[in-house]
Amino acid sequence: MRSAAFDYVRAGSVAEALVALADDRETRVLAGGQSLVPMMALRLARPEVLVDITRCPELQSCSLEESVLRIGAAVPDAVLERDPDIRAAHPLLVRTLSLIAHEEIRARGTLCGSLAHADPAAELPALLLATDGEVEVDGPGGPRRVPAAEFFDGPFTAALDDGEMVVAARLPVPGPAVGWAVDEIARRPGDFALAGAVCTVELDSSGRCSGVGVALFGVSSTPVRSRGAEEVLMGQQVDEAVLDAAAAASLDGVDVLGDEVHAPAAYRRDAGRALVRRTLAAAVRSAGGGTA
Amino acid sequence: MTGQPVPVTLRVNGRREVGRVEPRVTLAEFLREELGLTGTHVGCEQGVCGACTVVVDGAAVRSCLMFAVQAEGCDVETVEGLGRDGLHPLQQAFWDAQAVQCGFCTPGFLMTALVALRERTDWDRTALRERLGGNLCRCTGYEPIVDAVLAAAEAARNPGGEAAR
Repeated sequence: MRSAAFDYVRAGSVAEALVALADDRETRVLAGGQSLVPMMALRLARPEVLVDITRCPELQSCSLEESVLRIGAAVPDAVLERDPDIRAAHPLLVRTLSLIAHEEIRARGTLCGSLAHADPAAELPALLLATDGEVEVDGPGGPRRVPAAEFFDGPFTAALDDGEMVVAARLPVPGPAVGWAVDEIARRPGDFALAGAVCTVELDSSGRCSGVGVALFGVSSTPVRSRGAEEVLMGQQVDEAVLDAAAAASLDGVDVLGDEVHAPAAYRRDAGRALVRRTLAAAVRSAGGGTA
Repeated sequence: MTGQPVPVTLRVNGRREVGRVEPRVTLAEFLREELGLTGTHVGCEQGVCGACTVVVDGAAVRSCLMFAVQAEGCDVETVEGLGRDGLHPLQQAFWDAQAVQCGFCTPGFLMTALVALRERTDWDRTALRERLGGNLCRCTGYEPIVDAVLAAAEAARNPGGEAAR
């Protein structure tokens, strides 16, 4: 179906975009449009004004500053995937991007757009959450930074006020000693994940876990940190029993989605725990831990 | 009133095109209805099936998930741009491998495969299947399509070889 009628503003700068977003009518930011345009075609979204931010020069670049990769809101996923500097600096990001839909979608879809869209089954919000990233926002109240833990308010709901937009994402780059893994279960490669997990693990010189971040996606109404799994792992010499215990505790305090058309709740629980077990084992291996 | 037509200028298959479109008109719709380029097929209209795949500034994209106004200043390639003097080698490979049945998905597959072969010609079957995985075909069972693209890749690697004939 055709989208409902809207006015289109091609912003030439963030300042212009913010003026356009201050319109009294319902406005939406348009970057890659790979989530928003289908929602408009299905009339699930009916913005009256679309503000295209892809031509804003200040949103088109990425930079690596003090172990933080800053990604502008107009940078498509496919550009990130191919950038040799990003491939070298943040292989976990590159691996995560490869799980998103298909090449034709990643050619236009953006990382910041995925964060703002806040689909609970999306990979990138979980990556931001697991690695304690931040979102740079600008709006009528001026620029601000929002930690990942405060950004995902609910399904398809990000902590953005009226007239605000995402200008960049700040992804801490895991150091060379940090192990990582990301995995998901989907019916076919490229489909939305029924469940997924992303994690980072750091081991000290004695092989004990000195840092860990685990986030699940597709399991709850937002991406969620698995504090249960993290608490089990932290400070421990990681062996099979510890990994089993971490997986068993991984959904503690997580409000798992109920039965729905794609999967029953029991399946999601099993899948979530299995993915935490699998990704933690892989992350420990890549951190140099021998046991898993 | 909301949604009044706006000007758009772009290149399509090397030709400069100027139009006025409602912002809600997708690139697929613009190509088909305004320019009469009906080789780009519209299936699901929500980015899932890949039938509407075209090449924009070198990248294969869904023309149903892009408004025509977003293509301002862009270079667009559609299936009509392939093989204007007889079949393009990729089209010939589809013919030879019987990779076409009803033909609805074919233009999308061709444009996806075109970009895949520009990126590299050393595809193995598994990687190529995944690369073509964003395009749906309800007739062929995919195998002849993968065969066709692999044959075209082989021909591109060895221009004088058996597969190029």
